[in-house]
Order: sequence, then structure tokens, then C-alpha cells
Amino acid sequence: MKKSVFLGTLAATALLAGYASAATLDDVKARGELNCGVNTGLVGFAAPDANGNWQGFDVAICKAVAAAVLGDATKIKYVPTTSETRFTALASGEIDVLARNTTWTFSRDTDLAFTFTGVNYYDGQGFMVKKDLGVTSAKELDGATVCIQTGTTTELNLADFFKVNNMSYQPVAIQTNAEGEQQFLAGACDAYTTDASGLAATRAAFASPDDYIILPEIISKEPLGPLVRQGDDQWADINRWVLNALVAAEEYGVTSANVEELSKGTDNPEINRMLGNEGDLGAMIGLDKDWAKRAVSASGNYGEIFAATIGESTPIGLARGLNAQWTQGGLLYSPPFR
Amino acid sequence: MSDLHSESVAFVRDTMLTPQSPPASQAGAIKWLRENLFSGPMNTILTILGVGIVVYLVNLGLPWFLHSVWNANSLAECRSAITATWGPDAHGACWAMIRERWSQFMFGFYPNVFYWRPILALLLLFVALAPILFAEFSNRLTIAGGVVAALVVWLAASYGEWLPVGILAVVAAIAGLLAVQGTKWPHNLIWFPIVYAGIAFWLLWGGSIFTPIAALAGIVVGWLAFRILAPIAGNIVAVTAAVVAPVLWWYFGSEPVIDLLSRALPRVEPFWLPPVDSDQFGGFVLAFVIGLTGIAFSLPMGIVLALGRRSDMLLVKALCVGFIEFIRGVPLITLLFTASLLLNYFLPPGTNFDIILRVIIMVTLFSAAYIAEVIRGGLAALPRGQYEAADALGLDYWKAQRLIIMPQALKISIPGIVSSFIGLFKDTTLVVFVALLDPLKGITDAVRASIEWKGIYWEPYIFVGAIFFLVCFSMSRYSMYLENRLKREHR
Repeated sequence: MKKSVFLGTLAATALLAGYASAATLDDVKARGELNCGVNTGLVGFAAPDANGNWQGFDVAICKAVAAAVLGDATKIKYVPTTSETRFTALASGEIDVLARNTTWTFSRDTDLAFTFTGVNYYDGQGFMVKKDLGVTSAKELDGATVCIQTGTTTELNLADFFKVNNMSYQPVAIQTNAEGEQQFLAGACDAYTTDASGLAATRAAFASPDDYIILPEIISKEPLGPLVRQGDDQWADINRWVLNALVAAEEYGVTSANVEELSKGTDNPEINRMLGNEGDLGAMIGLDKDWAKRAVSASGNYGEIFAATIGESTPIGLARGLNAQWTQGGLLYSPPFR
Repeated sequence: MSDLHSESVAFVRDTMLTPQSPPASQAGAIKWLRENLFSGPMNTILTILGVGIVVYLVNLGLPWFLHSVWNANSLAECRSAITATWGPDAHGACWAMIRERWSQFMFGFYPNVFYWRPILALLLLFVALAPILFAEFSNRLTIAGGVVAALVVWLAASYGEWLPVGILAVVAAIAGLLAVQGTKWPHNLIWFPIVYAGIAFWLLWGGSIFTPIAALAGIVVGWLAFRILAPIAGNIVAVTAAVVAPVLWWYFGSEPVIDLLSRALPRVEPFWLPPVDSDQFGGFVLAFVIGLTGIAFSLPMGIVLALGRRSDMLLVKALCVGFIEFIRGVPLITLLFTASLLLNYFLPPGTNFDIILRVIIMVTLFSAAYIAEVIRGGLAALPRGQYEAADALGLDYWKAQRLIIMPQALKISIPGIVSSFIGLFKDTTLVVFVALLDPLKGITDAVRASIEWKGIYWEPYIFVGAIFFLVCFSMSRYSMYLENRLKREHR
């Protein structure tokens, strides 16, 4: 009897939780604040500055969503999450969206019951070595000692890569990125491996970056994107199309500088529809007409965000590569606004 | 006449031999060295080895410290400054990072216009600790009081706030009044620690002043219930009422009263402070809030648990043993994860149960279980005669505990209790696993994630470690002082 009461309560709680999360948009609007899960600190992607303002590539996604939904890119509560806490924080409703360099994988999408709303950065695992090692390709790393962060997908990718190429390696287990850099600099390992974006940022921070090279091979696919809880399609749509709007804005030449002017009407009907001059796309996702305009004004279109946070003009200096528009040979391809 | 007689005048020596210095091998530094460092072949080898290690470490670290840079805006600037001054191969510490991110290490994301609030809370903490930590008045205490008062005035002046001086004046006035009535310093401040809990909460989190006042009023309600019911209905009923009445007050009575009062008065100081969210706490403010609250609440809870474990009542004993063994059998990180993540699944959606409060509860429970065992050790160390003597005097259970058992048991347990406290304070850094920005790793990683300071490694650890050492070492020194003062055996 008592057990059944307990189970009943549990079921009711779960139902209630499911019901409440079915209207994330209403919750966010009522709260007047977007709870956005970000990394506790990843160079270029999410980091607080000396005044505690969060900045970075992933943070810009939070700002665009908040601008589209609430009309104010500052109405965000940033919830720093670790790789252990991120999924529980999202599943339990503590955060509305997780924008934390999270790889889109099959099991995360299905088994963990999340919905990835797109890809904001196509990453992949690479290697960095000392230049005087004389290695120019990852295929020459047979017998090398490799610094590798334990408990991550990179560890598994590394094992796969060396197995496929019939090579042996000696792993040097490290806990954090900072520790890995320290070990690599101290010569504890021949090669350091992590996501290519992380390697670039790490190398940029070395005292003498020119003594180190990043090998050309990328050994894994790491599509990083924002994600939301499964079961609230409207909220997922909003997040998906905010990201698409940022990508499309770059394709059509809509920038934070000219968005105000273009929203008054152009001769490109696609831009007009996106910025709310023609039709009413916003109503279909529960927002007003200007949602995309505000999203782009928050920190610019995809290209502007990339250039300001991780692009070639920043110390991190990442090239667009796979993250260029499809018209430029990259993978960014927004479905039409129609 | 014999010669003997003329020679019989007593010999009086009028000059003393000048004392000779002892042989070189039996005095001074050489003797000390021989006795302590080179007393045998084994010790000689160990000494040489030790000196070698020290020289190696100093050689490794000293240039790094000597080449420190204090003024720079990024790690790259630090490096170029070191290269410019000390040559291209020199390595140096870049303390400029601490300088630039000092406030982040101290306050986390606390709004910088309100920095005076945590600082004032810290200064008032010293006032609150004085009557607890020091039983006798001394000149040093006067000096310390003067310094705190001066700092409060300076704080008020530099932030343009009159509230710090106001609070200090009220505290001084009440303490002075009690002193005039004959209570000795610092006993006339003994009420302040309880009030301090409310003041510190209000200063740190802000909001209406009536929230902490209503919470503290619960204690008064409980005390009144006890005083009124004790003569009428007996002790057991009165104690039950003293527990139930405050809970009822907190649940039903306080909300409307807070509402009414905060609406009746304008939202200005001293009735209202702008609220600060828990997610803006970080760095040492967070470590101190969690650590000190944990310390303050885990000691009484530990005492109760220890008594419960030794109780004859089966249910009480079973509950206490179960609690202590469960908590001690589970790692603290598990409890923190439960508090931050699992709890959200079970609470109704939308409930915003403050994360810092959740962490504080878990840390307190964890520490209380350990302190309970430490105190149980103290209780077990008391000779049986002490208990029997208390019974023979006709004291009831609580009086016996308060007057005879506890003062002795606690004195025995001081080193253990203080180690538990030090452990608890250091464990506050574990909150980084539930994504709170502790000073050691949370803030450090956040700082390292900025482009300017990426690649910095030792400096933040050394800095944070030094502050932790300072706090923990003070606690340990105080525990030694207390042990000495309470020493009764050899008088």
C-alpha cells in the first residue's frame, strides 16, 4: 500500500514535470529570463571576463535566443555546467537550453531524450606535436606517447584511430585541459590530442607557438550544437530557427549593422520573410514578427560571431574551414525561410 | 713556633681564573650541527640528501619568484616583460593575473557596487566571534576592536554608504548599555552571534530586512513558548512546544508579516537592500559562506547526534547510528550531486530551491556526522565516575550534560573538532563539481578560459592555496591556544 502511494506520487511528479516542460516558451516568458547552460570556461566559446560578463561563441547562441524570445539579449541567467552536470541540468529543467560545445551523437539524441537543434561548430579531433619531433602526419605517430583527457570521447577516438592504422601508442592520462598543456610543455608526451579548436587555442597561448605544429589529420567528427529537452517541439523549433536565422543572415549579407535598414524591406523576398517584412513566420513558432531581426542584432550573424570570438583576427585564429557557408565550400546550410 | 702557624692564615683567592670557552666541538653551532645533523653515518647521508633537495627546489623556484611580474594585462605582456628584463630564457611568475582578477577570486560575480556588503559581513564576523572565541578581555582585543571599527568607517567612506557605520553604532550602543549595567566585555556581545546570522544573510543576499528578522523571531517564539508552558505543563510539553511553535511561525506566521511590513515601508536602506542571486556568488565569498555556515551548524548538530548515539532510548539511538553511518559511508561529492541534480527530479517543477542552501545543508550534515563521532570519542574518554557523580548530585540529564559532561568531553575533543572544521573548510572547494565557482578550480578555470590568461598554471593555485593555508593555520593556532587555556590537569 505504502509502496504504491510512493510510486503514484513519483509518477504524478514525473507527469507534472513533463507537463510543465511542454511549454518552455511560456515558462521563459513568465520568468522573463532565459536559463542557458554554458561551459564553466572554454577559451573562445564561453568565459566570463573580469567584470563577470559571459562572452564567447556558445554564449552568442544564448544571446540570440534570449533576444528572439524575450527581446533583450541581456536577460539571461548563465548556468555554468561541467561535462558531468550538463545533461542532468537540462533534463531536470534547471536550464532551458544547453549551448556548451556538446557533440551531437546518436545516443544523446535518442537515449538521453534530447533534441539537438542544429550544429553551430563542426569540430574534429586533431594532434599537436613539437616541431623538432619531425612529424608531419598523424600516421607517423607509431609508438608515441599521447596526452589524453580521460573519460571523454576523444579517448575512444584515439584508440580507434591507432587500431585502424595498426599503430601503437602510450597514453598519458590527464584530467583537465590546463594540466594537459602543462604536461605537453614539460615533455611528458610527444603529442597532445583534443578537439582541433581547443588545440588552436592552446597553441596560441604558448610562449613560443611556432615551435609546435597541429597535424593536418582530423580523426573524428565532432558536430557541436545547442540542445533542448525532447518533447517540446515548439521550443526546439525556436532554437533551431534562431540558429538557422544566424546562418541564413550571413548567407544573405544581413549583418548587425544593416539589419535595421534591411528589415524595412528589400527586393529579396527571403530576407523580407525572415526579418518579418513579408508574411508572419514568427507567429508559427509563437513569437512576434521581429524575432529574427533581434536575434541577428544581438551579436551579429554567424560570420560576425565567428570572427569576433574564435576567428582569424582573434588570438585563437581558427579558419572557417568546414564552418564556412555551403556557397564557400563549407557545411553551413540553412533551410529556406518559407 | 712552627711555620705552620704563620702559614695558617686562610687562603683568600683574590683573582679568578678567566673561564675558558668550551672546546669548539662542544659549543655553539658546531655542537648543534654535530648532534642534530651529523650524529652518525646514516644521519649524515640524510642531511646531505636533504640539503641537496632543498637547494634543488630553491634553485628551481626562486628565480621564478624573483622574476615576478605584477603589472600586465595579459599573459603575453607578462612574458614579454620578463624577456625584456631578465633575458629570453628567463621564466617568471605572472602575478598580474591575480591583480587583474582579484575581485573575481574574492567575490565571484557579485555585483561590484555591492562589494561592501560581503566585506562588512566579514568585518562583523570578527565582532561576532570575539565573545565566542575569547572569554577574557585583553588589550589585544581592544586593539582588534579598534581596527575593525576603523575598517568599517573606511568601508563606509569609500563606498559612500552609511549603513556599515549605522550597524556598528547600534551594536556598540547595545554592548555599551550592557557594559554599563555590569556585564563584562566581551560577554556583553554574547547576543551578537545570533543576530549576526540574520545580518550576514541580509547583507549577502539582500531583500527585505524583515525576512531575517522574522526568521530570528522564530527563536524568540520558541523561547516564549518554553517559558510560558514550562511551569504549567512540565518540561517535556514545553520542549516540544519550543520546537513546534517556531516551525509553525516560520511556515504560517512569518510570510504575511514580512509582506505587510515590507509593503508598509519604502524600499530603501535600512529596510531593503537590492537582492543578489545565489548564482552570482563565487570565489572566497562562496567558500566562506559555505564553510562558516557549515561550521556554525554542524557543531551543535554533532553534539546532539553524539548524545543520541549514546542514548538508552532505542529509537533515538537507532536513528542517530543510522544517520551517522550512512553519511560517513557516502562520499561528499555524492551528497553534493544528490543536492544539485537528483533533488530537481523529485521536487515539483518550478520550485527554486536555492543551490547554495542545498549545498550548505549537505555540507553541514556531512560534517555533523564526523563531529558526532569525534565528540563521542570525548564522551567515551570521560571516566565513569564523572557520570555517577553527576547522578549523585541529583542533576537531571540535561543539567548533567551541560554542567559536568559536555565541558570535559568537548575539551578533550578540541583537536578532533578543529580538524573536522579545517577539513570542512577545504572541502568547500568540492562544490566545483556542482558547477559553483569555488576559488580553487571554478574561478581559476573561468579565468584561464579568457584569451588573455590562457596558459597560466601555477600562479592561481599558489595564490588560492596561500589563502586557504592562512585560514586553516589560524584555526589550528586558535585550537592550540584554547587547549592551553583549558588545561586543568597540571595546575
